[in-house]
Amino acid sequence: MSKVVHEFTTAVPEWKPYVKPLDLADATPAQLEALKITPSNTKVSDYVLVLAHDVETLTHRSPLFNGVMYNKGGLSRAEREIGAVGASIVNRCIYCAAVHASRYNQLAKDETVIAAIFADGVEAVISPRLKAILDFSVKLSKCPSDADASDMQALVDAGLGKDEILDLILSSSLFGWANRLMHTLGEPLAE
Amino acid sequence: MTDTIDVIAAIVGIAPGSELAAVVAGRADIMALTQQTHDAALTPAEPGGLTHAERAALACRIAKINDAGDFEAHFETLLDSSGASGDTARIADIWFDGGGDIRLKALIRHVDLVAHAPKDATRRDIELLQEAGLTDADIVRLSELVAFVSYQIRVAAGLRLMRGLA
Repeated sequence: MSKVVHEFTTAVPEWKPYVKPLDLADATPAQLEALKITPSNTKVSDYVLVLAHDVETLTHRSPLFNGVMYNKGGLSRAEREIGAVGASIVNRCIYCAAVHASRYNQLAKDETVIAAIFADGVEAVISPRLKAILDFSVKLSKCPSDADASDMQALVDAGLGKDEILDLILSSSLFGWANRLMHTLGEPLAE
Repeated sequence: MTDTIDVIAAIVGIAPGSELAAVVAGRADIMALTQQTHDAALTPAEPGGLTHAERAALACRIAKINDAGDFEAHFETLLDSSGASGDTARIADIWFDGGGDIRLKALIRHVDLVAHAPKDATRRDIELLQEAGLTDADIVRLSELVAFVSYQIRVAAGLRLMRGLA
C-alpha cells in the first residue's frame, strides 16, 4: 500500500498528481512539440503531462530548467543542487528535496552533507562554503526573501565568484518555481 | 527573436557595460527564457480560462505578498494596459478577497496561499479550485503563474544584492 511521505528523504518517492495529466491522445501539435514526443520517445512523466496543460510556459520552462541546472561553467553541478535543496526545505517539497538531495550525493560522492542538512537544517555543521550557499538559498526562498547584503557578502567571503553566485541565485529561485508546482499539484508516495 | 524589454534587467537596473551586466551576459540564455516565460504566463496567445487582466492583477498580489514594489508597479502597468475594470481590477487590492464571486474568491485564496506558504498547500486546496469551477488545465495555468512570478521576483532580489557588491 502506498502512503504519503511527509519527512525529508533521499529515497525518491513516486509523484501522484491531484489533477488529471494530459492524455496524449488529446494532445495538440504544440503540446507534442513541447513534450518532444517522437515515435521513439513516448515515455513522459505524469509531472510533465500535468504541466503540458499550460503548453506556452512549458515550452520555455524545459530548456530554462536544464540550462540553470546543467549549463557549462559557473557553479559546480553539485553546489547548484544545494541551492535546489535549500529552497525545497523552506517550501517543504519532499519530492524535489529527495530528487536533488540524492543527485547531490551522486555528484559529490558524499552523503554526510545532506544527512546533516536533513537533520539540522541551516544549523547543519558543513563546510563554510556549503553553509554560505545553503544559508543564502534558504533566505532567498522565504516569502518575502530574507536574503540581505551580509548573506551576499558571506558568499564572496566563502570564495564564490560572481558567475557562481549568479548560478546559485538561479538554482535557488528556480526551485521557488518548481516547488510551487510539484508540492501543490500532487503528492509524494512511497511503498 | 523580437527585441522585447527584459523585465528583470529593467527592475534591477543592470547598467549596460557594468560588471554585473557582463556576469549576467554569461547566462543570457536563461535570462531570455525567463522573459519568454514571463510573456507566456502573463500574456499568453491562448489564455484559457484566465484572462490577461486577471493574470496581471493576480501577479500584482504576488508582488505585494513578496514586498516587491518594483514588480508591483510593473504588473500594475500590465493590468492598466489590459483594460481591466470592476472586480478584475480589484483583484490587485490585497484586501479584496473576491467578495461574492465564488470563482474569484477561489483564485485569490489559492494564489495568496501558494505565493506566501506553498508548504501549507494540500490536496484540499486543489479540490477547492475544482469545486469553484476551474478546469484542471486552468489550475495548471494558475499554478504556473504564481510559481513563475515567485521565481522571477527572487532572481531580481538576488541580482540586486549582487549589484550592491563592491
